[in-house]
Amino acid sequence: MTGTLTISAARPRPAGLVARLIRRPSAVVGLALLGLVAGAGLAAPVLYPGDPLDMIGAPLQWPGMDPAFPLGTDMLGRDIAAGITHGARISLMIGAVATLVALVIGVGIGAGAGYYGGRVEAALMRLTELFQTIPPFLFTLAIVAVLQPSIPTIVLAIGLTGWPGLARLVRAEVLRLRDGELVQASIVIGASDARIIGLHILPNVLAPVVVSASILVANAILTESSLAFLGLGDPNVVSWGGMVGAGREVIRTDWFVAAAPGLAIVAAVLALNLLGDGLNDALDLKRALR
Amino acid sequence: MSAETRTGAPVLEVDDLRISFRERAAERAAVHGLGFSVEAGETLAIVGESGCGKSLTAFALLGLLPGNARASGRVRLEGRDILGLEGEAMRRLRGTRIAMIFQEPMTALNPVLTIGAQIVEAIREHEAVSAADARTRTLSLLARVRIPDPERRFGEYPHRLSGGMRQRVVIAMALACAPAVLVADEPTTALDVTVQAEILDLIDDLRRETGMAVVLITHDLGLVAEHADRVLVMYAGRAVEAGSAAALFAAPRHPYTRALVAARPRPGSALRQRLVEIPGQVPPPGAMPPGCAFAPRCPAAEAPCRETPPPLPSVGTAAERVACLRWKDLRAPDQSPVRLGA
Amino acid sequence: MLRTNPLYGSAPDLEARPLLTVTDLAVQYRTAGGTVRAVDGVSLEVHPGETLGLVGESGCGKSTLGRAILRLVEPSRGSIRLDGRELVGLPRRALRGERRRLQMVFQDSGAALDPRWTVGRLIEEPLRVYGIGGRAERRDRVARLLADMGLPPDAAARHPHAFSGGQRQRIGIARALVLDPDLVVCDEPVSALDVSIQAQILNLLQDLQERRGVAFLFISHDLSVVEHVSDRVAVMYLGRIVETAPRDALWRAPAHPYTRTLLAAVPSPERQARRARRGVNLPDALPSPYAPPSGCHFHPRCPLAVERCRSEVPALRAFSGTAHRVACHLA
Repeated sequence: MTGTLTISAARPRPAGLVARLIRRPSAVVGLALLGLVAGAGLAAPVLYPGDPLDMIGAPLQWPGMDPAFPLGTDMLGRDIAAGITHGARISLMIGAVATLVALVIGVGIGAGAGYYGGRVEAALMRLTELFQTIPPFLFTLAIVAVLQPSIPTIVLAIGLTGWPGLARLVRAEVLRLRDGELVQASIVIGASDARIIGLHILPNVLAPVVVSASILVANAILTESSLAFLGLGDPNVVSWGGMVGAGREVIRTDWFVAAAPGLAIVAAVLALNLLGDGLNDALDLKRALR
Repeated sequence: MSAETRTGAPVLEVDDLRISFRERAAERAAVHGLGFSVEAGETLAIVGESGCGKSLTAFALLGLLPGNARASGRVRLEGRDILGLEGEAMRRLRGTRIAMIFQEPMTALNPVLTIGAQIVEAIREHEAVSAADARTRTLSLLARVRIPDPERRFGEYPHRLSGGMRQRVVIAMALACAPAVLVADEPTTALDVTVQAEILDLIDDLRRETGMAVVLITHDLGLVAEHADRVLVMYAGRAVEAGSAAALFAAPRHPYTRALVAARPRPGSALRQRLVEIPGQVPPPGAMPPGCAFAPRCPAAEAPCRETPPPLPSVGTAAERVACLRWKDLRAPDQSPVRLGA
Repeated sequence: MLRTNPLYGSAPDLEARPLLTVTDLAVQYRTAGGTVRAVDGVSLEVHPGETLGLVGESGCGKSTLGRAILRLVEPSRGSIRLDGRELVGLPRRALRGERRRLQMVFQDSGAALDPRWTVGRLIEEPLRVYGIGGRAERRDRVARLLADMGLPPDAAARHPHAFSGGQRQRIGIARALVLDPDLVVCDEPVSALDVSIQAQILNLLQDLQERRGVAFLFISHDLSVVEHVSDRVAVMYLGRIVETAPRDALWRAPAHPYTRTLLAAVPSPERQARRARRGVNLPDALPSPYAPPSGCHFHPRCPLAVERCRSEVPALRAFSGTAHRVACHLA
């Protein structure tokens, strides 16, 4: 037998994902901003225990006029700071759940199409293309309008329109892996389809999926805000988009009413995009090993 | 092999060539003080395994090192120092006095230009000739690299040609301005064995006709035996042995060369004969041992081998050199009888 | 050096029932450019414990043939029998049972090993798939196999990227052998390795064969390597086997003009092939795989071709004895 070899060329194990993430400035800024938004949302019931839709002060107070309302009040005398913190809960929740819906559909369809190929792929990809031909925002708008605006219908509508891009991405990645030696080697050792997909394919397409998921959350927040701006939000909860929409009427005189929730939207969307960018670099295993 | 065209004067002389890379803050040496020379009309093979620095050396000769690499020492082409030449001066030399062909011919060809146009451009880049003259010369070059039906091939795009044909086109381009030195970096590694034989025979014939010198970079000892006059064996960035190709195979001196020759599957050996293994692997660039780089894998290494890198003194004739403290003490490698002739 | 294997004797028994019998196997690819017959009616046998070398130039279909035998690509025609049991047409579930006996080593084990898994988990996976042994027993088997491969015991806890190319190939071989297969298809297993590492892997394969009696179908473009490892050799050209013979017979007296050209092209200090090559002038363009030449595929490049070679496909027939067979009208 040949002598035992030592691993002299051993390279260090790749650092953990978190360690790799915090080495990237965009990810750090994104994480910090997202932490701020999520923190505001988490703290909302403690800071502003009442219903943020309650009229609790004089209308249209500018920020700083009354220390009780640091961001001022809108034309109905509702606390803008309370609206923004409670709105963060709603926006993040809708973004996360809608993305989850899109992930389940998109990954399922993409993985099925990529792995099985042939007719299965043809059928699934035609379906995907059908969804892609409809402008996503109009589609969302139509679903919400038909089903009555409420949080579940909004989540469903955003999830239903968000998956086609994801499905295409997953299909392309799965196709690449399916024809690669990794999967062939698993077939040879007798692994079942479910085992190959679950243990080898999906974990290896996880990186691009995680990256696009963070962008999907950002898009969902934007879509929800747009719906609310147009008056198609859930009327029973406060929403950033709804606040911007309401502030529109007084934008010439009291611009802060629209600007404050607008900035919140920008912060959340920017945070998620920066995070996605950072994740993209950090999850690139090959680059991490170099 | 080609005594009839040798002049005795070296066209290319390399002395104490060092190549290093800047990586983060550190400087990592990849080639440590390499020296060799090539005469007109001869083929020098630089042999070694991946990572030994042979390709870097080739790139350094043509001033094609990547941006984070630095070369020092001396490279003289036809008596002129060329190491460190930049921009226009180096470009004028490349293609006219020194040319290179690569492992993958497609990297040297432009996919959207016909092969004729590319060779014409290579000629007119360096010489003021009319388009018609350049075309005539291109056709004769294509014929010289034995591309059948040059008139028709002139207008073809690279992707329409087989790998062997593409490599012929690259050779034609390299020869366009009759260089004094042709550097061939693993020119046939990507090709089938029958095609490989033809390409190397072609390079041999062209060398004999034009008297150019050839530096053949390869990992394949079989090629060396057939196509080189002299050989330089590299290991971990250093020359370990130099000498005539015939002598190297008949009596390799350095333990690494011996092992390399013995590790090859040998034709005509008995069924199920074991190969001679070289235990372990090449030390990574960051962890070079202080002494002879081969010492950790060498069966003959002793304490002094592990202290300082051995020099490369002449042994026998001036051109035969071996960087080993112990080569004289080693017994002749056992050569089991081989079948000669096919 | 003779093989000394108490189970299998000093040499593979070529009279015994073959382990693998491939008959008239064909694989077609439909592409944008037309239909390619990558494998075009190939028949071969592999006997228990022997190494059959399958050699040919790029595009000759040798890798496709190897993958078709493992049913990684579906054959369009023909039969593959493993110990008499037909694999072609076998449903996936039943096929999985047979796969235990039929394994593969890839050219680039780096690509065939999941970078996220540890080496121990990778080698254990086949045992898990078949539910063999308990946790401790599987661990133990992996540890013993690692030692057999000349890998350090702590290798099990590391990821593939921590290893060199040669070591990764050892890991790939361990994974192929952990199920104790009867036949391993080795697809260019040493082509990506340096000479010194190549020697280590070739010796390892030879040791494993002697100790375990496993048969190899050894696919390579490198004639020196094939000559070194094989008991018998099959030469492939454009989807067909043109010659098959015991190793020494093939090198001593190659019968097919293509085999002769191929052998003469191998550069070697020992053989002075250049001298032998003189006069052989092979146009280096391989014919289009979409429209292979009629009759004998080799006739446009063959120095001996006559009219019959253009019109009639030569059958693979006995040349000298039953073991040396050639598909040439003129041999």
